[in-house]
Amino acid sequence: MRARRGSDRPALPRAGFAVKTNLHIVVDPVACDAYGYCAELLPEAIELDEWGYPIVDGRPLPAELVALARRAARDCPKRAITVSEKSSR
Amino acid sequence: MANSLSQAPPRNAVHHLLGHPADLAGHIEVHGPLAVAPGNDASWQRALLAALESSGLTGRGGGGFLTAIKVAKASSHGNGGTVVVNGMESEPASDKDKVLLTRAPHLVLDGAQVVAAMCGADRLVVCIPAGRDFVAAAVTHALAERAAQPYGGVVEMIVRPPDRFIAGEESALVSWVETGQSLPAFRPDKGTPLKIGKRQALVHNAETLAHIALIARRGADQFRSRGLPEEPGTCLVTIGGAVAQPGVVEVDRGTPLSDIVGRGSPVDPAQAFLVGGYGGAWIGPAHFATPYASMSLRTIGATAGVGVIIALGQSSCGIAESARIARYLAGQSAGQCGPCVFGLPAIADDMALLARGQAGPGLMARLQRRLDEVNGRGACRHPDGAVGMVRSALRVFAADVLAHERGEPCAHAGAPTVLRFPGPVSL
Amino acid sequence: MSSTTFWYITRASGVVALILLTATMVLGLTTTTRARSRNWPGFARQELHRRISMLSVVFVAIHVLTSVLDTYVHIGWLAIVVPFISPYSPFWVGVGAVALDLMIAVFVSSLLRARIKPGTWRALHWLAYGCWPVALAHTFGMGTDAGEHWVIALGAVCVLSVGTALLLRVRAAAKQATALESVKVDAMPTTRLAVTSSSRSTRNGQ
Repeated sequence: MRARRGSDRPALPRAGFAVKTNLHIVVDPVACDAYGYCAELLPEAIELDEWGYPIVDGRPLPAELVALARRAARDCPKRAITVSEKSSR
Repeated sequence: MANSLSQAPPRNAVHHLLGHPADLAGHIEVHGPLAVAPGNDASWQRALLAALESSGLTGRGGGGFLTAIKVAKASSHGNGGTVVVNGMESEPASDKDKVLLTRAPHLVLDGAQVVAAMCGADRLVVCIPAGRDFVAAAVTHALAERAAQPYGGVVEMIVRPPDRFIAGEESALVSWVETGQSLPAFRPDKGTPLKIGKRQALVHNAETLAHIALIARRGADQFRSRGLPEEPGTCLVTIGGAVAQPGVVEVDRGTPLSDIVGRGSPVDPAQAFLVGGYGGAWIGPAHFATPYASMSLRTIGATAGVGVIIALGQSSCGIAESARIARYLAGQSAGQCGPCVFGLPAIADDMALLARGQAGPGLMARLQRRLDEVNGRGACRHPDGAVGMVRSALRVFAADVLAHERGEPCAHAGAPTVLRFPGPVSL
Repeated sequence: MSSTTFWYITRASGVVALILLTATMVLGLTTTTRARSRNWPGFARQELHRRISMLSVVFVAIHVLTSVLDTYVHIGWLAIVVPFISPYSPFWVGVGAVALDLMIAVFVSSLLRARIKPGTWRALHWLAYGCWPVALAHTFGMGTDAGEHWVIALGAVCVLSVGTALLLRVRAAAKQATALESVKVDAMPTTRLAVTSSSRSTRNGQ
């Protein structure tokens, strides 16, 4: 398991990832309660706003990040994250 | 019945909503009997769907989706369900649905019966906000007239959800009918139908249903005879602000905005129009002649929204009024999603500081960042509307923004508001 | 194994289980405080909470098994889960059985978390608040080592840790409540944000 620090560690640049998938991270804003685990696990794709809620940019996930995204979905205490083929907007 | 939709020749062939008798007897005399085929007559359903499609009718509740597509999807799911008549009109500046439901309730109810017949629904629920008793009385009277005859197919009843801005949003409305709480649902895939229990809920705006009732009787051509080829028909608009005769008018789609506002007798040249409601967009004088139609409005960053046009007069401050709207919208959040619950009040705070001329360094950058971040991150479009309104205000009142930022708010910033709110809204 | 060996293992594993359960409680309580730490991200604390809870299940299992296999006193298999029917020390063994029952409920509900409603999972998980004090009571009520100074000191440390963590959790909840109060939404309950159940959003959305 790659050790990941909290979100204050600078994220790896997205340009470094080659293979894109058609998967997206979708946050259910009703369920989300700003725990922030998703941003800790996946700073490349998720940032937190000033109130601690996740901002997802809606771009498709690179293949290298899918496993972490699935882990973020599994670890979310409110089950607010899903990894799906459709972007939410 | 294969080709014609209506049996009785309509007395008044032109398709319009206002100016008809409100009572049931007069209604039947003018429009003919309810044009619904008994049982699940598939050929009638197909003919009506074709008529809706060729009419090009779009939803009049704010979404603006093609009604034919919405109804076709609902009837294909086919497990019966409930037709929900959205008479909530939660927008404080709008009166069109109140007018329609008091002056032509039978048109709205007939339209709901038509949708029920097309989708196999077995009941019909009319939603009128608690406290809006004069509308509820008119609807209740109409329901009684229909029950006495009897007239209409499925069971009709009236319910009274709370009078909150968010309560008229369609998933919040369905949530209230089902659980008693007006909470919008997160619907990443808008194609999945709304449900009450296990059966689908078909939500339509009152005005849309009134149009459906007329199209069912007279066909698409009468609807298309007014408006534009690419956006046909008439629609109801509430005019407000700096006009001598505010109120509801019925206009052809495509009428220039200034002509619509003109029907209210403007008292002085407007600085700007707010188009679409409190979650809509400000537009400046350069665009006052824009036709009131989706495509044209989109090019100037606006939509028809809920059918409201407010003219801002010379003795008002656009920033102050926008700040008040932002404060009102922030207080109307359903309270479910962090970006809306925290973001909208923060944006309202920034706008209030700007309106009072107390901007301080970094406020504009912070406001822009918050607008970018809050947009699109709620379960429903409530925060999006607030963000869009504020962004359009910063654009249209750009000169005022600079002055306010410098600490020189315009003379009218402290003037009382010309906008309607349910309660006091302080800056 | 001789009865004495079983007895030593029962006592030792019981103490270790108590320590691990205490650690589980402390970690579980601190997840809700949303404290951001550079070296201890929230997801790591949550993972640690899960793993230590599983370790405590293992040690409770060893404790329970050896206590029954030890023939010096008769407890019986059923008395592990049915409280107060053990021939030996029925009350305090029964208290242990209650703690075990609660722990099984919490454990199973977490294994099935993806399959049950979030509200159900949350309600069952709250049984942990009952499990830990009952386990503590069982430890000292059984009395075997309860008189030893180091055991008393250990018990005090456990109580202090959980007590502190509980206070922090309550304080964090109060802070969250005031944050929501300050953006009070007109006539809508703002506490919804803290207790939202996602079952509603899946019904009408997905």
